[in-house]
Amino acid sequence: MIPDLWKLYRQMLKSRIFEEKVIELWEKGSIFGEMHTGLGEEAIVAGTIDHLQEGDAMALDHRGTPPLVMRGVDMSVLLHEFLGNNEGICRGYGGHMHLFSREYITASSGIVGASGPLGSGFALALQHLHPGKLAFAFFGEGALNQGMLLESFNLASAWKLPVLFVCKDNSLAITTDSISVTGGDIPDRIKGFGIPVFEVDGLDVEDVWQAGFESVKYIREGNGPYFIHARCVHLEGHFLGDPLLSITRDTIGQVKQRSGPLLKSVMAGKGASFSEKLKGMKTISVLAAKAAKQSRKSNDPLEVTRKNLSGEVSRLLKLEAEVRTEIQDKINEVLP
Amino acid sequence: MTFFEAIEDALRQAMEKDPRIIILGEDVHTIHLNLFIKFGDKRIRSTPISESAFVGAAVGAAMAGLRPVADIMIADFIPVAMDAIVNHAAKNKAFSGGKWNVPLVIRTACGGGYGDAGQHEQSLWGWMAHIPGICAVVPSNPADAGGLILSALECEDPVIFFEHKLLSEPWLGYMGTGGRDSVKFDVPIDGASGKVPNEWEPIPLGKACVKRKGTDMTMISLGVGVHRCLEAAAALENEGIHAGIIDLRSVSPLDKDTILKEVAASGNMLVVDEDYKHYGLSGELAAIVLEEGISFKYERVCTTQTIPYSRKREDEILPNTERILTAAKKILQ
Repeated sequence: MIPDLWKLYRQMLKSRIFEEKVIELWEKGSIFGEMHTGLGEEAIVAGTIDHLQEGDAMALDHRGTPPLVMRGVDMSVLLHEFLGNNEGICRGYGGHMHLFSREYITASSGIVGASGPLGSGFALALQHLHPGKLAFAFFGEGALNQGMLLESFNLASAWKLPVLFVCKDNSLAITTDSISVTGGDIPDRIKGFGIPVFEVDGLDVEDVWQAGFESVKYIREGNGPYFIHARCVHLEGHFLGDPLLSITRDTIGQVKQRSGPLLKSVMAGKGASFSEKLKGMKTISVLAAKAAKQSRKSNDPLEVTRKNLSGEVSRLLKLEAEVRTEIQDKINEVLP
Repeated sequence: MTFFEAIEDALRQAMEKDPRIIILGEDVHTIHLNLFIKFGDKRIRSTPISESAFVGAAVGAAMAGLRPVADIMIADFIPVAMDAIVNHAAKNKAFSGGKWNVPLVIRTACGGGYGDAGQHEQSLWGWMAHIPGICAVVPSNPADAGGLILSALECEDPVIFFEHKLLSEPWLGYMGTGGRDSVKFDVPIDGASGKVPNEWEPIPLGKACVKRKGTDMTMISLGVGVHRCLEAAAALENEGIHAGIIDLRSVSPLDKDTILKEVAASGNMLVVDEDYKHYGLSGELAAIVLEEGISFKYERVCTTQTIPYSRKREDEILPNTERILTAAKKILQ
């Protein structure tokens, strides 16, 4: 099978442009609190949920906007939600981290790893009530060390639950290097639960789509859960205002703010040895460089896909203009 | 000094003296950058996102000779580590016949008022204090925060140390402003920064602070609520009403003597508690005074529902000065 790359690109672009508008509104202060976007995860979301059918469920993490946009939820009710309006999908009570759509059997959570048990529970209900349907559960690799998620892998495997676990691995757990806090090999770990694994490049939507096609087929046939392990990046860090990214984006400001206390920590007598202190400084700068590297354009899944479509420039530009207009119309509808 | 700096500085002082103190939790190299650089990655240890594992491990480490400070980023993640706290940290001393204590400190950012909704803005100190064997501390200003964290570190039993995000600059920066100038929150200035001693001295747990003397009623609060009470009391003063304020500073142990004395004198108790209203601190305060046969009039301003995301709705449901004034007037009717 071959994916319809145009359709997938349209989905990714729709989510991207919508979230870019959300970022603008957040910067302006019209949206409150934290903001976790899915910028950099779009290929994973598009490539998997293209296989979603009506009646399937989704369990989402704190980056719920792209899956809901690509699922076809009206963007204006999402925007209203982020603005805290009564017209929002959750009447302004949930915000971007707690998006719920009963209609689409989709729920999200701000607790890391919570989409595992929730997705398994959706799958349990589907197994009973609607055989052939499945639940998609999205989470990051940071969640793979959370007990509730590991327990749900076991449950799903033991009960052959129709759930697709989708791990979006950007190798940073908030601002911690995931390798430094993760024992063993991730695919081996999952296989240890008796769950088959696809390893894919999450920047390549075709690669994700193929894995999605195979795994969803396997699950619908009643064989139990599947796990897709997809590498990705976070173009805007863990959340907007990410402390690691701000080190490289606002170096002067950060130096002004941090250098005094830092110098004191290095120079003042007690504490670890001088070489250990230098090692600590290096750890932080390596992490900041890693976050900065992730935000580079060359790591952008949309750029990757766009390149593959650039043979038909006029069709591409037309598609992009259409998506922009569609989103601008939605914005105008919400913010007259 | 700011609220957060005070705690970090007191921790630094304690860590220099006591090599058994370690800090563990998610992202601690970023959150406690200065301590991380100073003490290195063996004592400032970043963990996986595994609250039940690292809090459970902190219980074991405390029993085996370390003095761990486990960082649970925000109070709402406490439930993820609930078994370690409720069934182990709280129980092991009692089960061992008092022979084996758990000297563990859990630091956690709490509270709302910046638009992050009810999975990231809860208080939960009443829930923690409900469990025998757990101390719950809630400072309202930098000097208290530094002194209280020293006592928490010296305490032989588990202490949960709640730091309100409106008082804690980096936490509000992380979760509220995110580097923006375009948002403003109702930050109590006297709580977010203030004078601190040159050398930190422990402030005993379970010792409340009478912030303001008043003959007409006794307001009892903690954390950010204390500052909301101060604002309300100043407004009441203009109307000739003299309201006293007790800053509890810790929920468990609770300074019963100060509460009894002040409420007996004023005859009116107004509790301002950002934690949930039902089955919690506010009801407990009424009960302990009633148990002593003291009669008084009573009102409470608490959180009664899941904290909504919308800033407008959130401001309405969290204790605010307006709600305190309404309750105060009702009590005096």
